[in-house]
Amino acid sequence: MAHVNENISPDTPLEYQSGIGRLNIFGFWIFLGAEMALFATIFATFFVLDGHTGGGPLPSELFDLKNTLIMTLLLLTSSFTSGLAINEMRRKNVKSMIVWIVITLLFGLGFLYMEITEFIHLVHEGATLGTNAFWSGFYFLTGTHGLHVSLGIGWIILIVLQVIKRGLTPDTAKKVFISSLYWHFLDFVWIFVFTGVYLLGLVGS
Amino acid sequence: MFDFIKDNLILNDPMLIGANISILLSVIGIVFILTYFKKWKWLWTEWLTTVDHKKIGIMYIIAAIVMLFRGGVDALLMRAQLTVPNNEFLTSHHYNEIFTTHGTIMIIFMAMPFVMGLMNVVVPLQIGARDVAFPYLNALSFWSFFFGAILFNISFVFGGSPDAGWTNYAPLAIEGSTGPGINYYLLGLQISGIGTLLTGINFIVTIIKMRAPGMTLLRMPMFTWTSLVTAFIIVFAFPVLTVTLALMTFDRIFGTHFFTLADGGMPMLWANLFWIWGHPEVYIVILPAFGIFSEIISAFARKTLFGYKSMVISIVTISFLSFLVWVHHFFTMGGSAAVNSVFSITTMAIAIPTGIKIFNWLLTLYKGRIEFSVPMLWSVGFIPTFLIGGVTGVMLGMAAADFQYHNSYFLVAHFHYTLIAGTVFACFAGFVFWYPKMFGHKLNERLGKWTFWFFTIGFNVCFLPQFLLGFDGMPRRVYTYGPEDGWTGLNVISTIGGIGMGIAFMILVYNVYYSFRYSKRETTGDVWGNGRTLEWATTTAVAPHYNFAVVPEVKGYDAFWLMKQEKQKEKIEYKPIHMPSNAGTPIVMSAFFFVAGFGLVFKLWWIAILGGIGVLACLAVRSLRSHKEDEGYYVSVDEILKTEEKKEA
Ligand code: HEM
Ligand SMILES: [Cu+2]
Repeated sequence: MAHVNENISPDTPLEYQSGIGRLNIFGFWIFLGAEMALFATIFATFFVLDGHTGGGPLPSELFDLKNTLIMTLLLLTSSFTSGLAINEMRRKNVKSMIVWIVITLLFGLGFLYMEITEFIHLVHEGATLGTNAFWSGFYFLTGTHGLHVSLGIGWIILIVLQVIKRGLTPDTAKKVFISSLYWHFLDFVWIFVFTGVYLLGLVGS
Repeated sequence: MFDFIKDNLILNDPMLIGANISILLSVIGIVFILTYFKKWKWLWTEWLTTVDHKKIGIMYIIAAIVMLFRGGVDALLMRAQLTVPNNEFLTSHHYNEIFTTHGTIMIIFMAMPFVMGLMNVVVPLQIGARDVAFPYLNALSFWSFFFGAILFNISFVFGGSPDAGWTNYAPLAIEGSTGPGINYYLLGLQISGIGTLLTGINFIVTIIKMRAPGMTLLRMPMFTWTSLVTAFIIVFAFPVLTVTLALMTFDRIFGTHFFTLADGGMPMLWANLFWIWGHPEVYIVILPAFGIFSEIISAFARKTLFGYKSMVISIVTISFLSFLVWVHHFFTMGGSAAVNSVFSITTMAIAIPTGIKIFNWLLTLYKGRIEFSVPMLWSVGFIPTFLIGGVTGVMLGMAAADFQYHNSYFLVAHFHYTLIAGTVFACFAGFVFWYPKMFGHKLNERLGKWTFWFFTIGFNVCFLPQFLLGFDGMPRRVYTYGPEDGWTGLNVISTIGGIGMGIAFMILVYNVYYSFRYSKRETTGDVWGNGRTLEWATTTAVAPHYNFAVVPEVKGYDAFWLMKQEKQKEKIEYKPIHMPSNAGTPIVMSAFFFVAGFGLVFKLWWIAILGGIGVLACLAVRSLRSHKEDEGYYVSVDEILKTEEKKEA
C-alpha cells in the first residue's frame, strides 16, 4: 500500500483521494454484491414458503397497509436525506452534512420503532416465529433487514463521532460515503420487502 | 456450572478419555514451552497480531495440516471399523459422528484453508503487490476460520459431535438428532464462513486493483487467475450458506419451521439451498488446484503454459456452470424427469472445459525438458488419477444411471478421486513448491518422493476397490456388514491402502522436521532455478514483509522468466516503504465469536449475549481506531538495504 497517502487531484471527491479510500469503496461494492446474494436467498426462501400457513393467522388478516406505507415513506425519505448529506460533504459543509446525517438516523429510528411495534402487535395476534413456516419466513426476512438497519444506525453514529473529532479528512469522508451506500442499499432491499411481502400478502389469499 | 461441565464432558468411552487426556497434555505442554522459552511476546507480536499475508498464509497451512491429521484419524477409524464383517470396534452412533466430522473437516477445515493459505502466500507476490488490499480484514478472515474450526472440533470431547452427515440433511438434523452436535456444526461453519467471505472480497479487490504496472489481466499467472475466479464464486456462494445455516439454527434453537416436517416446513428446501452453495464449494477447492498444477507443470517442463487463453476461458465457464448443476446431488429425491434431464445435461457440460484443461497440461508437457522434482511428480500423478474421478463423475451425472450408483461406495470412490487427486495432490504439490518461499529452505527430495509414492499407491489401493464395492451394492455410510455380503476381501484391501496414506502423512511431517535440521538454506529467491512468475523475484523466505524492494515492471506473461532473459543490472534506488501496523482486534473479535457460538450451541443465553457484546465492542473499537491502524509505518531505506544485501550474498 505504497499509495496510501497519495492524492490524485484536488478535483476528485475527498473520499476517493487516498489509495486506501479507493480500495475500500471498491471493496464495499463487492460486499454489497454478497449482500445481494444473501437477501436473494432469504427472499427465495420466503417465496417458497409463502402460503405454508397451516393453521395460523393469514397475512391478509394481519398486515396493515397504512402502517407499512408510513414505514416505507420513512425509509425512502431517509435515503433521500442521506443523499443530501453526501451532497453537503462534497461542498465541504461539515455542519450541514452532520445535520442531514442526524436527520437520516432519526428517520431510521422511526422506522425501527414502527417495525418493532408491528412485530409486537403480530405476536399478540398469534403470529409468532414458531407459528408456521410462513411466519418463520416473514420474521426472518424482515428481521434480517431490521437488524441491518440497527447495525447501520450504530455504525453511522460512530462515524459521526469521528467526523466531529477529526474533521472531514479523506479517511472520514470515505467512511461517510460508504455508510451512505449501505443505507441506500437497505432502502433498496426494503422496496422488495414492501412489494413482495406486504403488498402481495395483502392481495393474496 | 460444574454440573454443566460434568454432564457434557464425554467420559463413557475409553478412546475419548484418551483423547481428552492427550489434548489436555498437549495444551499444558505448549503453555509450558512458551513460558519456559519466554516466547509469549514473540508469539503475540510476530504471529497472533500479524497482518502480513505471508504469515497469515502459513498459519492457514499449519491449521490445515493439523486438520488433515484429525480428518485422517477419523478416516482410519472408519476404515478400521469396516475392515472385517460384524466388527464392533465402533458403535453405529459413533460411526455416524465420525463420517460426519471427517467429511466436514476435510472439506471446510482442511481443503479450503489449505488452498487459501497458498493463495495468501503466493497471489500478492505473483501480481507484484506489497500486500493484499485489506491486511486487517485478512487477519480477521484467518482468525474467524480458526475459531470456527475450534468450535467445531471441541464437539467430540464436549457434548458430542454432529451425526447427520456433512450434508446435514433436514429433517434428520432437526428432529432426529438431539444433543448439541448439530448446533456445533451450524455455528462452527457459520463463524468460519465469515472469514471465507471476507477472503473472497479481499482477493477480488487485491487482484483487480493491486497488480504491478504492466500486469494486464491476460498476463496474470494461472494461479492468480484461478484465485480470482474462486474469489468470485465465494462471494456469490457463501452468503447462501450463511442463510441456510442460520435458518436451521433458528429451527433448532428458536423453534421456527423452515425445514421441519410439521407446520409447513420443507425439508427439500434444505437440500436445494445446501447444494446451491455445496456444488460451487467443490469448485472453490478444485479451481485453485488447477492453477497450482498449471504453474508447476510449466515451471518443470520449462515451457510457457500451452493454451493460456483457453485455460482462462474454461475456468470462467466452469465457474458459471458450477452454479447450475446442484440438483445432481439429489436426482433420486423425487425431482421430475424434466428437471433431472436439465441438470444432467448441465453437469455433463462441465466435462468439456475440464477436458480442455487436461489437454493443455498434456501439451505443455509435450516436448518439454521435464524435471521430475517432487512438486512435478504430484502434478503429473494428478492427471490420470483425476481423470478417473472425472469420468466416474460423468457416469454419476447421468440421472438414470445415478439411481443405481447413488449412495453407494461408487460415489464415495468418485468424490475421493476428485477431492484427493485434485485438491489434496495440489495442496501437497504447492506446499513443496512454495515451501522454500515460506521457510527459506527446500524439503528433502528423497523423503518427498517416498511420501508421493506411498500416498499415490495407497490412495489407489484404498479407493479403486470401492468402485467395485459400489457395483456390489455396498451402501455409503454403512457401519458394518455381514460375511455373506461378500464385501470382506475388497474392504481389507481398501484399509491397507488407507494405512499407506497414513504412513505417507507421517513421512511428510518427518520431512518438515528433517529439512529444518539438515536442508541447505536458500538465498537466491529463485530456488528451483526455473521460476517463471514474480513470486520468485523476491528474496526468499518470509522475512521481508514488504515483498518487493522496488515494485517490478511487468513486460509480458511469465514476467519473471522474461526478466531473467533480459538480465539488466542497473543501480536501483530504494524509497521508504509503507506498511500496515499489526492489530490485536481480529483475534480478540474472533474469540468473542467463538464465545457467542458456544453459548448458542448450549442455549446458554448469557454466554451468547456476552460474546455478542464482545463482537460489537470490537467492531466499534476498530471503527474508531482504524485511522491509526491504517496509517501504518515506514520501512526505512537502511533496513531495505540490509535485507536486500543478504539476498545478493
Ligand atoms: C486420507 C484418506 C481418506 C480416507 C481413508 C477416507 C475414507 C473415508 C471413508 C471410509 C468415508 C465414509 C464412507 C461412508 O461410510 O459412507 C469417507 C467419507 C467422506 N470423505 Fe473421506 N477419506 C479420506 C480423505 C478425504 C479427503 C481428503 C476428503 C475431502 C477433501 C474427504 C471427503 C469425504 C467426504 C465429503 C465424505 C462423506 C461424508 C459423509 O458421508 O457425510 N475424504 N471418507
Ligand atoms: Cu455437485
